[in-house]
Amino acid sequence: MTPRLAAFEPAIGRYLSLAIDGEQHRLYVEEAGAGIPLICLHTAGSDGRQFRGLMNDATLTQHFRVIAFDLPWHGKSSPPAGWQDREYRLTASAYVKCVLAVADALGLERPVCMGCSIGGRIVLHLALAEPRRFRALIGLESAAHAEPYYDLDWLHRPDVHGGEICGAMISGLIAPTAPARERWETIWHYMQGGPGVFKGDLYFYTEDGDVRGRLSEIDTQACPLYLLTGEYDYSCTPADSSDLAQRIKGAKLTVMPRLGHFPMSEDPALFLTYLRPVLEEIRAAPG
Amino acid sequence: MAQALSSLLPQLANSDRELLRRGRFLDVTFLLKVGNTDYLVRIHRGRIEAMQQGPHVQPRWTFALAASAAAWRTFWEPVPPPGAHDLIAMLKTGALRLEGDQHPFMANLRYFKELLALPRAGMEGP
Repeated sequence: MTPRLAAFEPAIGRYLSLAIDGEQHRLYVEEAGAGIPLICLHTAGSDGRQFRGLMNDATLTQHFRVIAFDLPWHGKSSPPAGWQDREYRLTASAYVKCVLAVADALGLERPVCMGCSIGGRIVLHLALAEPRRFRALIGLESAAHAEPYYDLDWLHRPDVHGGEICGAMISGLIAPTAPARERWETIWHYMQGGPGVFKGDLYFYTEDGDVRGRLSEIDTQACPLYLLTGEYDYSCTPADSSDLAQRIKGAKLTVMPRLGHFPMSEDPALFLTYLRPVLEEIRAAPG
Repeated sequence: MAQALSSLLPQLANSDRELLRRGRFLDVTFLLKVGNTDYLVRIHRGRIEAMQQGPHVQPRWTFALAASAAAWRTFWEPVPPPGAHDLIAMLKTGALRLEGDQHPFMANLRYFKELLALPRAGMEGP
């Protein structure tokens, strides 16, 4: 491949100081484009770089202000002061407050919120807590609950390298057809996670975030809900998302062949072919 | 498979420089079960030093990976179908069983995922 001339990508990143639930945080926020705000929530143990392909897509950023922030403890966001003496565990309550605090801090008016995996779960909690604050919600690799299928302690112990195990653990969640460059970029993000952070996110994914008992309360008239799930995802399978879609009246599910658990990061070009019609529908709907 | 697994896997592994580099701290003997056939795989510094087909008398191993012959065949397809494409996925579906002391397997998970996927290349074509 011929190297291209040097050029900045359109995304701009800044650090945002804000209080979340009474605690001071320093979060890294990236954005590109203008128009309808589209908040993008990364998967467990990763960060906002997963949305690089969306931020670089001019057809998307022409109509949407694509915003991705790293959760506290993730990516270039800091853990809160005193982190050294506490175990990180993400809860549904803390996650909802975090998303709302960022949306408020940025002054976003009825943004679309799209999350993947733990982000795909939290949009269900947002649909329950604050449906009218969002123009639409999009759950990628979204299920109401997930049972752990391996001992999560392997992810954080001194005799197993955290970066190696997190990267190797999630590698199979990527479709075998994903382009090598995007596959290994996705794995690299996992290899860079802080000790215990992936495991702490999975506390929300496998325990605290269980929303099975409240699905009938979700009102897609108040806020439309779209679900998109990759066929190679064995963490949240198409069957899991299909079950979810059947329990929420009005939810619209797309199953995505040749994609896995990280569609926006493992194969952005292919994912965009599934996402564009959803965003077009959201844009066409009365604000 | 045209070539016996007990010669194919060592040949593929021991000529893969990156695999050997990643496995340079790995010394372990594990049991690979393909249906009713057992293979005792002895790894030293990432190299397969011996891969013996059973039956074995009093085999000693640290961990065992067991799946049906059909499950391994599907895993070794060039583009395996969802759920059959990854060792952890197969653990979740129950197609693969992991027994014994899992520590060396988990601490070297990328190595073992790539080692056991090597026959995929050897199975391409008619």
